[in-house]
Amino acid sequence: MSDCEPLAALLPIQLTVNGQHHLLQLPPWLTLLDLLRDQLDLVGTRKGCDHGQCGACTVLRNGRRVNACLTLAVMCDGDTLTTIEGVAQGGTLHPLQQAFIRHDAFQCGYCTPGQICSALGLASEGRAHTRDEIREGMSGNLCRCGAYSNITAAVEEALPLMNGQGGCRP
Amino acid sequence: MNLPQPSNGQPLDRIDGPAKVTGTARYAGEYPAPGLLHGSVVGSPIARGSVRAIDCSAALAVPGVIAVLHHQNRPPMAGDDAPYQDADAADGQPFRPLFNDQVLYSGQPLALVVAQTLELARYAGTLVRIEIDEQPHQTDLLCAFDQAHDAPVELPKPRGDFASAYAQAPFKVDATYSTPVEHHNPMEPHASTVIYQDDGSLLVHDKTQGTQNSQDYLVQVFNLPKDRVRVRAAYVGGAFGSGLRPQYQLVLATMAALNLKRSVRVSLTRQQMFTFGYRPRTVQRLRLAADAQGRLQAIHHEAIAQTSRFEDFTEHVVEWSGMLYRCDNVAMAYKLVPLDVYTPLDMRAPGAALGLIGLECAMDELARQVGMDPLALRRVNFTDINGNEGKPYSSKALLACYDQGAAVFGWHRREARPRCRCEGHELIGWGMAGGAWEAMQMKASARARLDSEGHLWVGSATTDIGTGTYTVMTQIAADAASMAVSDVTFELGDSALPTAPLQGGSFTVSSVGSAVRQVCQLLRGALVKAAKAQYPALAGEAPERFVVREGKLWVGDSGYALDTILQGHALEVKVDAEPSARRQGFATATHSAVFVEVRVDEALGTVRVTRVVSAIAAGRVINPKTARSQILGGVVWGLGMALQEHTQTDHGLGRFMNHNLAEYHMPVNADIGDIEVIFVDEPDDIVNELGSKGVGEIGIIGVAAAVANAVQHATGRRMRDFPLTVDKLLAD
Amino acid sequence: MTPFTYAKPSSIDQAVQLAGPGARFIAGGTNLLDLMKENVARPAQLIDINDLPLRDISPTPDGGLRIGALVSNAELAWNTLVEQGYPLLAQAILAGASPQLRNMASTGGNLLQRTRCLYFYDTATPCNKRAPGSGCPARDGLNRNHAILGASPLCVAVHPSDMCVALAALEARVIVRGRSGERCVAFADFHRLPGDTPERDNTLADDELILAIELPAPRFAAYSHYLKVRDRASYAFALVSVAAALELDGSAIRTLHVALGGVAHKPWRDAALERQVVGQPATADTYTHFADSLLRAARPLPGNVFKVRLARNAIVRALIQAQRGKCQ
Repeated sequence: MSDCEPLAALLPIQLTVNGQHHLLQLPPWLTLLDLLRDQLDLVGTRKGCDHGQCGACTVLRNGRRVNACLTLAVMCDGDTLTTIEGVAQGGTLHPLQQAFIRHDAFQCGYCTPGQICSALGLASEGRAHTRDEIREGMSGNLCRCGAYSNITAAVEEALPLMNGQGGCRP
Repeated sequence: MNLPQPSNGQPLDRIDGPAKVTGTARYAGEYPAPGLLHGSVVGSPIARGSVRAIDCSAALAVPGVIAVLHHQNRPPMAGDDAPYQDADAADGQPFRPLFNDQVLYSGQPLALVVAQTLELARYAGTLVRIEIDEQPHQTDLLCAFDQAHDAPVELPKPRGDFASAYAQAPFKVDATYSTPVEHHNPMEPHASTVIYQDDGSLLVHDKTQGTQNSQDYLVQVFNLPKDRVRVRAAYVGGAFGSGLRPQYQLVLATMAALNLKRSVRVSLTRQQMFTFGYRPRTVQRLRLAADAQGRLQAIHHEAIAQTSRFEDFTEHVVEWSGMLYRCDNVAMAYKLVPLDVYTPLDMRAPGAALGLIGLECAMDELARQVGMDPLALRRVNFTDINGNEGKPYSSKALLACYDQGAAVFGWHRREARPRCRCEGHELIGWGMAGGAWEAMQMKASARARLDSEGHLWVGSATTDIGTGTYTVMTQIAADAASMAVSDVTFELGDSALPTAPLQGGSFTVSSVGSAVRQVCQLLRGALVKAAKAQYPALAGEAPERFVVREGKLWVGDSGYALDTILQGHALEVKVDAEPSARRQGFATATHSAVFVEVRVDEALGTVRVTRVVSAIAAGRVINPKTARSQILGGVVWGLGMALQEHTQTDHGLGRFMNHNLAEYHMPVNADIGDIEVIFVDEPDDIVNELGSKGVGEIGIIGVAAAVANAVQHATGRRMRDFPLTVDKLLAD
Repeated sequence: MTPFTYAKPSSIDQAVQLAGPGARFIAGGTNLLDLMKENVARPAQLIDINDLPLRDISPTPDGGLRIGALVSNAELAWNTLVEQGYPLLAQAILAGASPQLRNMASTGGNLLQRTRCLYFYDTATPCNKRAPGSGCPARDGLNRNHAILGASPLCVAVHPSDMCVALAALEARVIVRGRSGERCVAFADFHRLPGDTPERDNTLADDELILAIELPAPRFAAYSHYLKVRDRASYAFALVSVAAALELDGSAIRTLHVALGGVAHKPWRDAALERQVVGQPATADTYTHFADSLLRAARPLPGNVFKVRLARNAIVRALIQAQRGKCQ
């Protein structure tokens, strides 16, 4: 990378992603999304629009759900991130992931990591208690396959299991 | 050892579920490669003209930029039209990316910047200076009706005498409906990763509904030996028709890889997802006439749709009006208007999603004229013969859809009078519509290989675009081989696998599924034969008693090691399946009845759909869980079509302007209320050997009409210009 | 994105010193990065202000609330003091964007959101706001989403914020600091109409940083309502929105504030008209009359005639809802 980014000085960044520490030298214009996908090969965080209009890139930044596409990587110095790759514990799927499979809460699967990370964020916010609140709280994540009913059902089922916590690593 | 429980008909969880919920499923733009370069597309800002000059100097001066390709410096590509005519090509001269200086539509790719990182490529793209001699353009269908010509399709011949039957009938509807341009917008933008292998061959990960279509296209366009190009699509992040034709990112990435002898990825931006195919804008005029009992006396369905200046895109818009109901006097017309736009493209339930809006809204209007319940009107006109072809349907459980859908919805409680129910600020209305989609079957091939450990590998070059193909093919294979699902792996999404048709048209289960079933039955037969040859004691055993499990072939409690039977080798067979011969003489189609409840706030112009019941007759359902999801998705699409989706064109600029997901509105979670899906029983041993008709399209069909009909019931207003947005509800 | 340098000052003074015409402050980045990717914004430097001590929500001596510019939209909406004293603000924030974006977007940044005009966003087209003097295709083109009030021949764009509509109704103040010191701007004076300089959305100088928003002591907690009409149920910009706030004397209006979103280059209020209804009965008739008067100034474009009726109905509805009490 070093020979191709002379347009701006590279900046040193420390990040913890899914429990793993990274020391990186990054150009300022790199988004968190492109860092995850192109440099860390964590491609589960998807690029559906790159403009904060679809939610496919949702990750947990210091426990809160954000759009990675509208986050500069250099602005995440010192942060702790959870991506979809860090949601399952070892080989055991998170209850939310299991609920997504059981309820067939996806079809093509492209938006699914964002949906799951978003639902983890929703759980830790503790604001959604009814089905309509889940629907509203999950409306930052588009699903073109139209799996919304099943997504709502999966989240509704898994919410109590998450005890108001995201249920993933801090 | 007992026979395994049949898997067909079971709501098996998706086989690819764990990969999708953990993010480990990789899509076309997500494959790494050593030294991978990134391409960024520079598009035309204007709709028509010719490129006078391209200045790439500033872009090339950016450190890390490797090349800028355009029509003057691209590598050789085919000059004729034929090589570009893919398996889903429209009539005419296909678009050829970076071929020459001609600008045919706004957004057309004019250059590709290739750089070491995506950011560099995108930035350098802004530095490419393109001078274009602009020519006058026309992008407005409504302003170019005088350019309309007959679509190059063979419509069913007119039957009876529409004009006189229409003139004489006591009840008539003559109404015109319009539908807008819509874009597929799968969540995964189109992308191709072209991996330039050490031997110079290409491994291409493409977002496509047909890997062999992409492969053939590249072979022809770049004159490559077929064995030097392999196209894969293990996972496809939605397509809905957008992947039926090879899209320009495939050409550009391949062009760059060949030129630079490097691996190259081109991912389109969301904005660029509005620079190729789409559902065309249409204007449809419906004329229906009925007698006092509601019996249809005459139907005329005329559609005018837009197309490009270089291809005539056609779909089945009007044919449905000649096949859904019984009517002796039917005529149809279908015209195209060429504009300075890209060619439209099949989009979920192409044609039917449009034509059934016209027909099913007009039926509702007719019901009001006659003074009948809209559902009763449809029952009166039921037919089990496809009037277009004069053939009986292999099955048509549409009456059961009406019955069961209405019962679950509570349709009998509907009061006919509009504006009869109100809660708070909202008027409540109920509407319904019917739907139809052809149940096709194509040629397809499959292979099966049983290894000596007892695992069955079945493959065909189809794709799973979210349809559940991995899962249902595994189920079909397991049952045909008398094995457990867990012992079967279905492989797809690879041009090296046996030939499969494009994934689309709701014909994958019928086509590929039949091949899979046949090949697994064949393999099982071969295995039993080999076992009987080796173990004379088995000679008299009935074939259906044999079960493969745990590396053994079992008959009752006796197990025979596969390793021994197969003498250490794997058993492999291949089948080329043809459409079922029994289909001859029959028409085949899926049907639906959809019921919706809307709540209309007239003061604010908003419509909410609070309840949908979709009753589907699609033959035998292989996997009720994934099939239900297909219908749910179709309904959501239908709701978007009814209320939201509309690609807006600035005709002065000749350009789509709401080319993003903030302004191209598709439903979000909060838009979606309760949706109930019913699969009615519909035995059919004619349509194909599985008796299964496919469910990808039927879910959307009729939904938009049902919503408009419900809005009419709620408000008394008939809205004929889709989508039914706030501005239109508030208009005088 | 065009290349830029990145600085992360640790004090407000430092940040203000760095500011200048080629530089932009960045907090949440939800709109700025979007615009940079579209090549609409091309700052030479980004000044990341996230280390500045602007994250507090604290009571002011006059019984109001001071909201640090870096408080996220989500934190603000869910703050107990806001929920209790300014439910209108909470409701407006939660009607905007998505949960993810609300976690990222800052209070200060929300004020600086730029228009969602389709032409402004597409560098292939002319736009007087983006490229002064290039023209305004929206006037004769797609103008369904555009202004019906206060537009100029050069620009018919609307301000996209929901939060700002509530802040306008609540008569917030914006505390800003530049190199020449701190000043307090009345909310009505913060955003501006396009006039002949549509490239300027607000009255902030190049070197000025928003430090905080101050809300006056709560007056409308009992009777307020935010109504947003959009093309889908969530995650869409307003076609029209209304922040309605009432103080009642029995059945008479003591104070009525109405701010409109989606209709003008800034949150739209008519304070003079609001004063005229003081003392009048709190009835639908009064509200309708008020709405009609307010919209008398409307000059719709061919594509947005509906907004006049919509705004009228939405004002009446929002006021009726507000009168029912407690942010229903």
